[in-house]
Amino acid sequence: MTEVVPSGDNTLLADAVAMRKVGRLERFLGPENYRVLVGLFKTPASIVGFALIVLFVAIAFLAPWIAPPLNPNDPYKIPRDGFSAEPRPMGSEWRVRPPDLPVWWKPIMKTDQWVHILGTSQGQYDVFYGVIWGVRTAFKTGLIVVLSTFLIGVVIGSVSAYYGGLVDNIIMRIVDVFLTLPFLLAAMILAAVLTPKIGRSLVPSILALIAFGWMSYARIIRGDILSTKERDYVMAARVIGVRDSRILFRHILPNAIFPTLVLASLAIGDVTLSFAALSFLGIGTEMGYADWGQVLSFARNWIISLDQYWYIVIWPGLTLVLFVMGWNLLGDALRDILDPRMRGKT
Amino acid sequence: MPTNNNQNGEVLVKVNNLVKYFPVRAGLFQRVVNHVKAVDDVSFFVRKGETLGLVGESGCGKTTVGRTMLRLIEPTSGAVTFEGRDVFSMKPRELKVARRDMQIIFQDPYASLDPRVPIGESVMEGLHIHRIGTPKERMDIMLETLKKVGLETYHSRRYPHEFSGGQRQRIGIARALALRPRFIICDEPVSALDVSIQSQVLNILKDLQAEFGLTYLFIAHNLSVVEHVSNRVAVMYLGKMVEMTSREELFRNPLHPYTQALMSAIPVPNPRLKRQRTILKGDVPSPLNPPKGCRFHPRCPVAIERCAHEEPPFVEVSPDHWAACHLVQ
Repeated sequence: MTEVVPSGDNTLLADAVAMRKVGRLERFLGPENYRVLVGLFKTPASIVGFALIVLFVAIAFLAPWIAPPLNPNDPYKIPRDGFSAEPRPMGSEWRVRPPDLPVWWKPIMKTDQWVHILGTSQGQYDVFYGVIWGVRTAFKTGLIVVLSTFLIGVVIGSVSAYYGGLVDNIIMRIVDVFLTLPFLLAAMILAAVLTPKIGRSLVPSILALIAFGWMSYARIIRGDILSTKERDYVMAARVIGVRDSRILFRHILPNAIFPTLVLASLAIGDVTLSFAALSFLGIGTEMGYADWGQVLSFARNWIISLDQYWYIVIWPGLTLVLFVMGWNLLGDALRDILDPRMRGKT
Repeated sequence: MPTNNNQNGEVLVKVNNLVKYFPVRAGLFQRVVNHVKAVDDVSFFVRKGETLGLVGESGCGKTTVGRTMLRLIEPTSGAVTFEGRDVFSMKPRELKVARRDMQIIFQDPYASLDPRVPIGESVMEGLHIHRIGTPKERMDIMLETLKKVGLETYHSRRYPHEFSGGQRQRIGIARALALRPRFIICDEPVSALDVSIQSQVLNILKDLQAEFGLTYLFIAHNLSVVEHVSNRVAVMYLGKMVEMTSREELFRNPLHPYTQALMSAIPVPNPRLKRQRTILKGDVPSPLNPPKGCRFHPRCPVAIERCAHEEPPFVEVSPDHWAACHLVQ
């Protein structure tokens, strides 16, 4: 038998046990949330989703260069090339008052002639322009609606969970009532009522989507706060003498808000779709405003001859689909990663 | 007679007839249909500088007693006095001041630290709340307190998930200690830890008690742990106090049949030793509907008829030895 003399240096052990460096971000988020974040950048679906969203962000920022507006002070107005009802095919030349030529056009096409790349829709609205500037509208409405509903939901849900008892009961019954209303119909009616009062713009639809979109956030944050507030560290803070508001904002909310945050980040796609549905039905923005729902609605009268005029519905429709798909792919990936059974597999 | 040099010591905390009922609600209108009688008329006291062990099986109300004493749970009735001041009638501001003196260590070290706050800040939070010292001084107190529980300076910036269970429990102790309290409720501080870590934490608690003159209420269900740390021991059963005396007296001469049964359940590391074991029949009754008379009588091996309808009072049967049993009075 050989005797093993411990040498005292642990280099072998150190090699065998891989030391993992814990980064600043991981420390801040905690191992669980960090795993979610890393997972998001490793799942194929979410990479595609990210790529799509990054592409759309780039388009939104570069819109004035991709499709220069006719009037820089009113860029959301889709330029018209005459007033004739019949759509004109892709690549047809721009006859009446063309906007400035975009900088990328000449080097690629070797011509000074600005054309309707994706054709014109009913009323000679330029489809390409509507699709490009519609990205900005989509982000604007999506972000405003999601941010507002998130804040409203978090405040209402926190109040409900924090006070509990009767207050909680009343608030949650109100939430129940709101949830029984069919979302799109309710939003449509409210937006239709608001439009004559505040004029045609993005505002009526945004308000309507906010009014009927906050409930799920309120419910989720309420549940998470209720479970977090029973944890021992909340009790420990109370024993130390920490004020209730500080306990809520420092110890409860940061630990309870993550699932709600995830939900909010995924809702942008849904909101965009609902907004497009409203403006397809002619509610909200004025005629000729660059949003996808409106561009699609120009195709309504040409449904029976879409084999000929397919480009007036395919391009805005495809853009909308890709935009929503980007967010949904991200959402699917996030849901998979959040599933505890998937732990350690990404 | 118990030979306890603390026997005539000054009383720091006194609990009188503490009652806590949790309402049970049901139905559409959430009407109160019943009460869980978690703590029902419990009285005891803790002397300055001693450790009072509070034992009993799961669900007997030990933890509720501890949390109610700190007003983490509002009591149904009764009184707790800390140095002669009534804790239950304190206004929020007085309570905040009083909490500098009364702290708690929790059972589960994984749940008792906020996962998003570096542990140094957790330990410092109390100092910040009570506006003790400058930020620099607070930092010094925090680092010193961490050192007292065997942690290093560089640990202070780390997050709870980077520590082991024993380390976290020591951080919990440091947090309770940072305000330099005089009374700490230890709510099963070692029952979630490995046996090898238990003694380490218990010894830290003992050292700190000697250094800072702390008084402990040590809640536990493990009798050997209680024997290791306590000067006196109180035994609870189903929301009631059944016996309280010095550690030596309790282990040598338990009076209440429930305590005797507990004692006979302590494992002895000698397989040849033949022991008289008292095996209790049945389960602990529901605190929703506790038995009439003595709460222990349905399981008591020596119950007499009187036990079934008359509740025994908790009285001092011999000097410094309280018990609630008809047979020993």
